[in-house]
Amino acid sequence: MDVLGDGLVEAVRLLLTGDQDTWAITGLTLRVSLTATVIALLIGVPLGAVLALGRFRGRRVLLAIANTGMGLPPVVVGLFVTVLLWRSGPLGALGLLYTPTAMVIAQAGIATPIVVALTAAALHQVDPDFLLQMRGLGATRVRALGALLTEAKLPLLAVGMAGFGAVVSEVGAAQMVGGNLAGETRVLTTAAVLATSRGQFALAIAFGLVLLAIAFAVNLAVTFAQHRQTATR
Amino acid sequence: MTWYVRLVSRVGRGQPFRARAGMAARKGTPVIRRVLAAVAALALAAGCGTDQAAAPAGKELILATTTSTQDSGLLDDLLPEFTRDTGWRVKSLAVGSGQAIELGRRGEADVLLVHSPEAEVRFVAEGSAGPRRLVMHNDFVLAGPAGDPAGTRNQPAVEAMRKIASTGAGFVSRGDESGTHAREKQLWHQAGVTPSGGWYRSTGQGMGATLRVASETSAYTLTDRATYLTQKPPLEVLNEGDKALLNIYHVIEMTRKAGDRVQPEGAKAFADWIVGAKAQGMIGAFGEGKLFVPDAGKDEAALGS
Repeated sequence: MDVLGDGLVEAVRLLLTGDQDTWAITGLTLRVSLTATVIALLIGVPLGAVLALGRFRGRRVLLAIANTGMGLPPVVVGLFVTVLLWRSGPLGALGLLYTPTAMVIAQAGIATPIVVALTAAALHQVDPDFLLQMRGLGATRVRALGALLTEAKLPLLAVGMAGFGAVVSEVGAAQMVGGNLAGETRVLTTAAVLATSRGQFALAIAFGLVLLAIAFAVNLAVTFAQHRQTATR
Repeated sequence: MTWYVRLVSRVGRGQPFRARAGMAARKGTPVIRRVLAAVAALALAAGCGTDQAAAPAGKELILATTTSTQDSGLLDDLLPEFTRDTGWRVKSLAVGSGQAIELGRRGEADVLLVHSPEAEVRFVAEGSAGPRRLVMHNDFVLAGPAGDPAGTRNQPAVEAMRKIASTGAGFVSRGDESGTHAREKQLWHQAGVTPSGGWYRSTGQGMGATLRVASETSAYTLTDRATYLTQKPPLEVLNEGDKALLNIYHVIEMTRKAGDRVQPEGAKAFADWIVGAKAQGMIGAFGEGKLFVPDAGKDEAALGS
């Protein structure tokens, strides 16, 4: 159990002493995972809305696919993106493999199905008559959808948090497409794995605690925003 | 905006809904805006710390190597010096020797630093690789519980493996086609044993993880000395020093025959540098001189004698 205590001490020390490597790793983790989450929201929210509200053939099948995608193993996404980005792969000419951009692509791929499925679920909660009546009142499709999304904004924030939580904590894809290169693509999860395989357990736990702390900070910010909104009602 | 206010006032959910939606319409969408601002601030703050790391482009090569060179920390010492001396930046992928060779074969890496001699010789014979040169060695050791239930001390390495199998004392294998796993399979082969059954476990993980599984289950395992010394597992070195346990590293340059985007000039720069006097000196001094023996230019057959 000593190692847990050492890990806590090490985490506090790393953060307080402004250890440059730790801050760089933490910064990259935030940059990659937040960018990936925003991309996933931009793609996933409209898709989820179409799946929730559309009336077309195959909608249920697509919903089932999105729901299955929520459990998409990061390693599979990582492998897929790696093969695409290989020098000999179809996108090899871009030279993106082992860069933060590749990690953003993979993580966006992991988060998008989550965003689609949860958005669809969130919009199902809204009164089904809402959209119908708005359309009946002459609102354009896009404007009606905008109003609906505004109405469902609190659940949508939760969708964003779920997406962020999934990508900031995954290690398989980050390792595979990023390569865990020191100073370039090392994020908190891959740094923790490396520290473990080097036998530096306290350091590994410290990275884990830093990861928890930033996930908490991001969620706290969002929760406060939610809460303030509820309070103004 | 008026369409929206008019609209929501007629949606028919009564007063609370109208007030709420009306407020949102007047003030815009505060929650979303506030969250976006927070996220943007975070992303911006995150960006500041990493910009310089992402900036310089240009000469960059991919080195596929083994987990032992990374886990021991040797690469952290060598690579910055190489970059300073030659201008080549290095992306180093620490994988098993099997995967490293496969990455070379597909042209996904420019240069390999690996320790799986039989597989390397076969690979070089395929023709897509360029020169292969001796870099350094350390040795494998057989680690196990202090009680040594199979009686492996002071035995030839092959005999020690045979004893582990015949007594059914536990053995934990890397099982990941790494150089260490290749050597383990070679020893089993020489001992005439096909390892299988409840006493033989395969982790499919790196050396550090495998050492931990072995020590948690009081089993034997074959490990490179560098990882053993840096990890300090609660296992003892029971069998060492046999020539069959030498762990020899070679650098292999890849050529354009492996793929159009291979950079042979980067490969040559790295290979030349790592067998050069400066790098060899650093390898010898690394880890207080206990982890690796620099061997550039030596005769491989004469090692360990």
